Amino acid sequence: MAGFFSRLFSGFSSIDDDFYEEIFETLVMADTGVRTSDAIVEKLKIQVKENKIKNPEECKKYLKKNMIEQMEVEDEAYDFLKERSVVFVIGVNGVGKTTTIGKLAGILKKEGKKVLVAAADTFRAAAGEQLDEWAKRVGVDIVQGKEGQDPSSVLFDSIQSAKAKNVDVLLVDTAGRLHNKKNLMDELEKMNRLINSYYPKVRRENLVVLDGTTGQNALVQAKEFSQVTKLTGVILTKMDGTAKGGIAVAVQSELSLPVKFIGVGEKVEDLSRFDAEEYIESLFEERG
Amino acid sequence: MAFEGLADKLQNVFKNLRSKGLLTEDDVKVALKEVKMALLEADVNFKVVKQFVKSVEERAVGQDVLRGLNPGQMVIKIVNEEMISLMGSETTEIKFQPGKSITTILMCGLQGAGKTTATAKLAGKLLLKGKKPLLVACDVYRPAAIKQLMVNGEKVGVDVFSMGDQHSPIDIAKASIEHAKKNGHNVVILDTAGRLHIDEDMMNELIQIKNNVEVHQSLLVVDAMTGQDAVNVASDFNERIGIDGVILSKMDGDTRGGAALSVKAVTGCPILYVGMGEKLADLEQFYPDRMANRILGMGDVLTLIEKAQESVDIDEEQGKDMIKRLKKGKFDYNDYLESMKQMRKLGGLSSILGMLPGMGAKMSDLEGAIDEKEIARNEAIILSMTKEERSNPKIMSLPRKGRIAKGAGVDIAYVNKFVKQFEQTQKMMKQMPGMMGGKKGRGLFGGFGGMKFPF
Repeated sequence: MAGFFSRLFSGFSSIDDDFYEEIFETLVMADTGVRTSDAIVEKLKIQVKENKIKNPEECKKYLKKNMIEQMEVEDEAYDFLKERSVVFVIGVNGVGKTTTIGKLAGILKKEGKKVLVAAADTFRAAAGEQLDEWAKRVGVDIVQGKEGQDPSSVLFDSIQSAKAKNVDVLLVDTAGRLHNKKNLMDELEKMNRLINSYYPKVRRENLVVLDGTTGQNALVQAKEFSQVTKLTGVILTKMDGTAKGGIAVAVQSELSLPVKFIGVGEKVEDLSRFDAEEYIESLFEERG
Repeated sequence: MAFEGLADKLQNVFKNLRSKGLLTEDDVKVALKEVKMALLEADVNFKVVKQFVKSVEERAVGQDVLRGLNPGQMVIKIVNEEMISLMGSETTEIKFQPGKSITTILMCGLQGAGKTTATAKLAGKLLLKGKKPLLVACDVYRPAAIKQLMVNGEKVGVDVFSMGDQHSPIDIAKASIEHAKKNGHNVVILDTAGRLHIDEDMMNELIQIKNNVEVHQSLLVVDAMTGQDAVNVASDFNERIGIDGVILSKMDGDTRGGAALSVKAVTGCPILYVGMGEKLADLEQFYPDRMANRILGMGDVLTLIEKAQESVDIDEEQGKDMIKRLKKGKFDYNDYLESMKQMRKLGGLSSILGMLPGMGAKMSDLEGAIDEKEIARNEAIILSMTKEERSNPKIMSLPRKGRIAKGAGVDIAYVNKFVKQFEQTQKMMKQMPGMMGGKKGRGLFGGFGGMKFPF
């Protein structure tokens, strides 16, 4: 973990404009966005002034601490894994919703939970088959729909089935949709209402899946999806590449949405709980 | 999303500057700071931005500010031109092998970029161009990827070649060429699995395919929403397997799409198509100028500037005459008709609104609010008036209205409404002689609720 921190700060003997500019650049290069990066740097400047910090080494500690504190997730954030719950997974196309659900099902199954997955993506060709494959792989039940069927009806069937089978966690996969398509967003809202009406007494967990390689648009996505349902967290996927996923910092700072899981591959074990410290370290690590 | 368009920002920066002839270094520096932020917000890679801004600065300092533009607009003009030239000034097409020989296209990219969808869309497009494409399912990893390609292939009416998921993609690719030869296909499109650019084994697989099959075009599918990492992805794919062109997917979202600029800058490969929707027909030609405007968040401000200039030049005389009349507090139906004609020259109201920054996405909301049909109807009403009625609105009476309604083919209630609306406009015109002082007669549009242009 010598990473970027040591390299960045060792190159500077004093804290000056160039030093701050370098931090700003590093944050923006990690997709943290201009506004959030600016806010982080400004906060740091104030701390440096107030605490009369002179050397970059100490400044580094503040920067890291600030960001880790901001991104830290409370233990209660994972309570839905222990209780009877329904997990509503939404996001734009291709971010990895189906894969994430498959992995999540695997994790829960291992913990001895009774899991049911609802294949409510009835739009994308073969999405149902993809989830079915996952269900078989990890050994959980699935409620399937037909391509073109109203996803709400698949959801309704799943809820009935979850009740009848006394399922612990119902995982709902939805079709990817761009957040600026009104009718598709309305469809999600309808599904959200349906859960409220027909499965009211269980804990709700509404997770938006964001692709770690996405830039500033991920913030817009999180905002728009939170109009449809009360989001409880973010799953940040594809974090095994060279993208830093810094947009999650912007999402946290502007929407107070915590990252709860992080996806780093295509295998079941490649989904893990979010570790703020590790994430911030890697945010500043240089490539290669 | 509340993008504050770059045009608006620059407008603020240059608020205190009236055209002063040359762009000074300070002018340019201040403006380019805003340009830099706008590009970063649009996800253009930081390093690409630095380079770009530098080249614009070199070009802009000391430039003449063109007549009719202010310094802000001049900088925008230069930024825009530089960006278009960087993204490729002309649209390019996929190169096909001559005669009956088979053209092999390899599709590659990260997971979830939209390869399988783009592959099928591309095949559908080539089919329309008279080619006989064959889709090949080389993604043997993602569950149900083959099925997805088969379903999509069927939808666009293109054959799909698959050997299931138990063969290596290299063998599948080889066999597919044989299959294409036997069945008279002249384009083979290999749909490969999504892979990370740093995954050695998977990247080697692509190299192996290229070593074993003669691939003529390797196309990289890039998600338009990709952030700073787009440069790493594109340059790795380009270095390892060699890219000939790029397809930008998911452009129907509201992303600014700065990745397009990054990818072009690091690979030099042309962007061939953009994916504009979920339907298989939604693969469109790439236009560098539109993309430049989108990245800058300016709508088609430049087009609007050009159009406004054109129409002003032609009608300057007429405009002057009209302004003179308006200043005297005269505004009759002839003037109303004239101002409507002016609007038409700019391409109609909704087209103007669509060109304004930040309006593009909201156009659907506005379509209901602004009715071009209504404008056409109003025009018909005026054209049904006698010359006397047009130049002397005061003589309007009930029997005249009845005749006009018949002539225009509308209900008399509608004529009443229009006359009332006209009278209000007339009143408004009298109240704001200040607006009419504009040199170029832009105040004419005051007749339509005092629409202000952002320049």
